[in-house]
Amino acid sequence: MTSTDTSLADYIRPILAESHVTATAFIEKTAAFALGDGSVMLASADNVSRVNVHPNGSILVAASDGKHLVTGGDDGRVVRLSAAGRTEEIATTEGHAWIDAVATGPDGAVAWAAGRKAFVRDGKGAVYSIDVGSSGRGLAFAPKGFQLYISRYNGVSQWFPRSTAPAKELPWKGSHLDVTASADGRFVVSTMQENSLHGWRVADGAHMRMTGYPGKTRSISWSPDGRWLATSGADAAIVWPFVTKDGPMGKPPLELGIRPSRVERVAFHPKAPVLAIGYRDGFILLVKMDDEGGGLQVRPVSEGGPVSALSWDANGMMLAFGTEEGAAGVLSLPKI
Amino acid sequence: MSDKIPVTVLTGYLGAGKTTLLNRILSEEHGKRYAVIVNEFGEIGIDNELVVGADEEVFEMNNGCICCTVRGDLIRIIEGLMKRKGKFDAIIVETTGLADPAPVAQTFFVDEEVQDNARLDAVVTVADAKWLTERLKDAPEAKNQIAFADVILLNKTDLVNEAELEEVEARIRGLNPYARIIRTVKSQVPLNEVLDRGAFDLDRILQIEPAFLEGEHHHEHGEACGPDCGHDHHDHDHHGHDHHDHGHGGLKHYHDEFIKSVAFTIPGDVDPNKFMPWVQELAQREGQNFLRWKGILSFKNEPRRFVFQGVHMILDGDLQREWKPGETRQSKLVFIGKELDEEMLREGFEACAA
Repeated sequence: MTSTDTSLADYIRPILAESHVTATAFIEKTAAFALGDGSVMLASADNVSRVNVHPNGSILVAASDGKHLVTGGDDGRVVRLSAAGRTEEIATTEGHAWIDAVATGPDGAVAWAAGRKAFVRDGKGAVYSIDVGSSGRGLAFAPKGFQLYISRYNGVSQWFPRSTAPAKELPWKGSHLDVTASADGRFVVSTMQENSLHGWRVADGAHMRMTGYPGKTRSISWSPDGRWLATSGADAAIVWPFVTKDGPMGKPPLELGIRPSRVERVAFHPKAPVLAIGYRDGFILLVKMDDEGGGLQVRPVSEGGPVSALSWDANGMMLAFGTEEGAAGVLSLPKI
Repeated sequence: MSDKIPVTVLTGYLGAGKTTLLNRILSEEHGKRYAVIVNEFGEIGIDNELVVGADEEVFEMNNGCICCTVRGDLIRIIEGLMKRKGKFDAIIVETTGLADPAPVAQTFFVDEEVQDNARLDAVVTVADAKWLTERLKDAPEAKNQIAFADVILLNKTDLVNEAELEEVEARIRGLNPYARIIRTVKSQVPLNEVLDRGAFDLDRILQIEPAFLEGEHHHEHGEACGPDCGHDHHDHDHHGHDHHDHGHGGLKHYHDEFIKSVAFTIPGDVDPNKFMPWVQELAQREGQNFLRWKGILSFKNEPRRFVFQGVHMILDGDLQREWKPGETRQSKLVFIGKELDEEMLREGFEACAA
């Protein structure tokens, strides 16, 4: 069991989200909470406001580049929101098809997936699209260049929107959910319907299977040095080493924050080797990478359902969280 | 199970009246809010934020279970709908007329998140009284949809006479004696007869013995009906080799050569330590042939009823309400499927008696 002698609960500022928290992110110094009722709550140091970004809709997905929050709704709209609460509609899909994924890229680029297509709008406003054959469930910009990874049924497509060449395929049988690329661009990893992760070494397409999860992985986070990938889906955060050229092949993962509750969200601190872990029972924990036993309790087991959103600000001084039943808050780390 | 959202799967061959029923569900005042997952937006002429378009993406689960297919789009849509939890009371999933209902039903047993949030309430099949008999001969999808159903709306009954109705009902019972048949015109049915039924329709398996159906008369049917009842109309002078019929003393009764149903009763308790391993092994070995299987069981020393249902290799069951005072504790299993080995199933089940 985790030591809970010390708690940071006194440093949490509660936010009354009152609706499913789909995602949270910091836009500059403002904590943003994208909600199931279609609104976004913005919590700055001295103010809390609510912006009705998707009226009568629900925010299904959201992503942030630190300057804006991009939301995708079941109203078929992709909207970009600033810290000041200003909204800009990026796109509306044909027939109001649900937005299944959004991602932010270089120079203010925004990508989204709806139906069996993926789209990207670059910084200059040019829009490109690709048919991926089945629903694009996850989107990730590659760390370099203007290229996107799109996860779908039976693999991941590597798409170069400005090129007329067809997308490169990273095949693997099964339904792929979210996708991410390592910071050095050498590895692409997807989460799968079948309670596992799948990885490819981009150079040669070598496969990596990361299995053993009792549940689906729906949250992934890279360590600030890019050498570790933390994942949800078990009764501990499962952290895979990407230290060598072979990635995690043949190496056991770390298991951090073992508790009798499923890990729902993970978020690496942006500067230090510290992982924030949110659990199904509402508990939130900070664990240091070299400390497999203990940890620092952020939030005790609480009402409000499973932790569904977790995010650090750019400096790693604030941690925002939200839950499925609409509890939320911002932890400000005490100055030591 | 109470706080899980009930899901009704609505199937039916093309033109049977599904869209009419959906439009009624969406437009009538009934005090309930339904999220409706449809295939063709255009058919539903109603703009409603809870109407969701589906892509009907059937995925194979990569888990070594060969017939385990699910609807990937449904998993995604239900995950999205759960962000609006509290804004609707139930979910209805429409399937296309040509769809196999199995992947839809299996989705509700296979995906952990879906299972945590939603439960399959019933498979409701809308059938066209005038054309079903023909479709059962030439469209295997239509046959599957009847075999799968918990409730069958026998629609457009105004277009056929009573003898034709008896005929088509006999065809239905030959495939699936446990489904509740409701005769309708223009899909007019009180919605509480088809939606959010709980275990109510499953209970029918305790009440119905397929053999009795041969002697059961329809309530609306006033006059005595001989063995040749329903024999005198145009469309079944030569039904194909896959049917043979025999009527003795009651309604005409058909057996389908491929799809049949069997039922077994133990007049008392079963031992869960024998039953659970047996059904799991059976699911692996024979599940491909089982379209639907259902059971209500009395476990030894357990005050509650164990209620389960399966689709192919996928099983889902739990302990539900207590046996009522005066209710006979018994255990019953029903299989609807292909190539059912009745003796093997009987012996296997009877060996589970406590």
